[in-house]
Amino acid sequence: MTTIASPAPTDGPTRDPRILVFSTNTISDPGIDLAGSAHMSYSPGVRVISLPCTSGIRPSWILHAIDAGFDGVFIASDGDECAFLPDCSKRASAIIAEAQRRLRQAGESPQRVRLAAICSVCAEPFTKHITGFAEALATLGPAQRRPVEAGVA
Amino acid sequence: MTGSSAAANARRIGVYVCHCGGNISDYVDVDRVIAAVEHEPGVVVARQAMFACSDATQGDIERDIRELELDGLVVASCSPKLHVTTFRGVARRAGLNPYEYSQVNIREQASWIHTADAEGTTEKAIALVRGGIAKTGLTEPLEPIVVETTQKALVVGGGIAGMRAAIGLADLGLGVFLVERAAALGGHVRGIGAMYPNGRDGGRLIDELAASIKARPSISVFTGAEVIEKSGSFGKFSVGLRVGGPGSETLTVEVGSIVVTTGFETYEPEVGEYGYGIDGVVTLPEFKAMLDASAGPLRHAGRPVHDVAYVYCVGSRETPTKPDGNAYCSRYCCAATAFASIQLGEADPGVRQYHLHRDVRTFGKYELLYERSRDLGSIYLKFPDAEPPEVALEPDGRLLVTVRDLLTGGERVAIPADLVVLVTAMVPRSNTELTGLLKLPIGRDGFYNEIHPKLRPVETTVDGVYIAGACQGPRNSSESVASALAAVTQSAVILKKGYAELDPLVATVDAVACDGCGKCLDACPYGAIELSAGVATISETACKGCGGCVPLCPTDAIDLRGYTNDQITALIDGLVGEAVA
Repeated sequence: MTTIASPAPTDGPTRDPRILVFSTNTISDPGIDLAGSAHMSYSPGVRVISLPCTSGIRPSWILHAIDAGFDGVFIASDGDECAFLPDCSKRASAIIAEAQRRLRQAGESPQRVRLAAICSVCAEPFTKHITGFAEALATLGPAQRRPVEAGVA
Repeated sequence: MTGSSAAANARRIGVYVCHCGGNISDYVDVDRVIAAVEHEPGVVVARQAMFACSDATQGDIERDIRELELDGLVVASCSPKLHVTTFRGVARRAGLNPYEYSQVNIREQASWIHTADAEGTTEKAIALVRGGIAKTGLTEPLEPIVVETTQKALVVGGGIAGMRAAIGLADLGLGVFLVERAAALGGHVRGIGAMYPNGRDGGRLIDELAASIKARPSISVFTGAEVIEKSGSFGKFSVGLRVGGPGSETLTVEVGSIVVTTGFETYEPEVGEYGYGIDGVVTLPEFKAMLDASAGPLRHAGRPVHDVAYVYCVGSRETPTKPDGNAYCSRYCCAATAFASIQLGEADPGVRQYHLHRDVRTFGKYELLYERSRDLGSIYLKFPDAEPPEVALEPDGRLLVTVRDLLTGGERVAIPADLVVLVTAMVPRSNTELTGLLKLPIGRDGFYNEIHPKLRPVETTVDGVYIAGACQGPRNSSESVASALAAVTQSAVILKKGYAELDPLVATVDAVACDGCGKCLDACPYGAIELSAGVATISETACKGCGGCVPLCPTDAIDLRGYTNDQITALIDGLVGEAVA
């Protein structure tokens, strides 16, 4: 009815890159929590989804995140410490390779996906990794978003 | 205000945003978060609380659940590690299924990590809460998986930890099978004479424990025995044992839990490593056996021992000189060496003892052993990490140890010695067969891995299988016994009730979408998936809920409960935080 504010421009000029992080409930998420408990700092563009194990990530979720507006996806895996799967690193790498293949196919840079092993006390390494990734994504520029839904002006 | 978009399956979700007494609200504008989410689809109430975990707020949430007939709950406060149990309890008490509640972390992963950016933190908190609401909108009531438990436990490994565990389990009224591969119980401790800190005799200690075991008819001991197969799962394992070597008797025992106390092996130096192989260069356990067997001054190869040099960290903390070597500290050896040198110094006040170390880790009360050994004349020299001492054989048949001592400004010191003692590491036991049978997780150091060293120190990812003692990592006998008793308590917690409840967050198969290709069977190391009538079926009790099978299904027929495809995609959409105008 009443128009109070005009909608924000679709591509804001200087926005921190949005990064979706997949962490694990027992190992890397506690490491990420620890960064907060220690009052370290990274960009608020970083958003975390915690799962039991990073070997359970569907490549389609990574693609969906980019489509939805994330600039990059960071997988904070358990590396060799995974308590579920002895070949967890290999599985997570295969998931990333598949996601990167699909990204390339969609004309996106495979560098929008990154993996590092983050342990339960890896607060500082995580902060460094994610800050470095944010810088790399800023250089890369915004992802070419494909419309998720039609009909919204 | 009833939304026109209300679908037939519209949810009734309550959202509670916590201030955490300022820990959150000093950085996050909680009013704005509430305003941003209170009209989200499915939300019927959104409130803020000074402390969501306080008894008063818990009561308020319970009242809302009842009066507003909520069917979903979102609490935005601290890390889920802290209060998931608390709020699941709130839901349960108010008659809401606990699995219809989601925790959103706006403290450790928002207010505390972006303290310099109030605007960014608030925006992020809004996105996190929206994600939580979207995910909660897709929850379904779940019931814990209830399994009956057998009131018996199996202890694998009859060293000091296993023996003490068996006694503890029996005293709690559980039946116990104690399995030991060697011909006799007692492990390493049986062979040690005086043990630190107070000189108790290891052999005698083991005899006492063996007598206690004998006095408890509920403990069945199998020596010369091994585990050869395992089936079933948590609460109802069926374990095959072979007793008395190959080709001999096999039997099957039914147990509810398994405690693994298989201990360690002593590091065996390579020939030439610090002179190992030269007569007079011995390991700490070999030296200890010499000490325990002799009264008064020590003799070696027919000659009196006047000078002893101890080289610390042999096989431990090797990475400065051996990148693929053992990175860990073996923890027991500094105190054990200080104690051995006291034993020798008291038996032979004239003996000269030199401790060549990287740093001395006689932690806690064991510091007194270090002090006592120095009082008896022991000299401690500190060598650089990357420059270990060298051991050589002199023409006169004596040994010469050269070392750079950082405590005297890096001076090179040459020490003639009659005995060189290599303070050897604890290394993981090679138990490939048992590890494979029980699916025990192995850490980077080669020892078995607990779920969490502080919060769940004896549990493994295999429900009902516990680890204790030095199979988990280097530790001394009293620490081994402490962890063994922790495993006893954990076993009793699940077995004494007669049933156990498992988290139902396991993988499920959409039988229509499954084409029976069987790829998921290979993906599961727990053997939880079977093909029946051309469709994959997943055992709720055998599934560990890791989700490793999910991305490997070519037809996307597998979902992990609590983390379904629909929930994760909805969560991603919420988290991205791009407001649709």
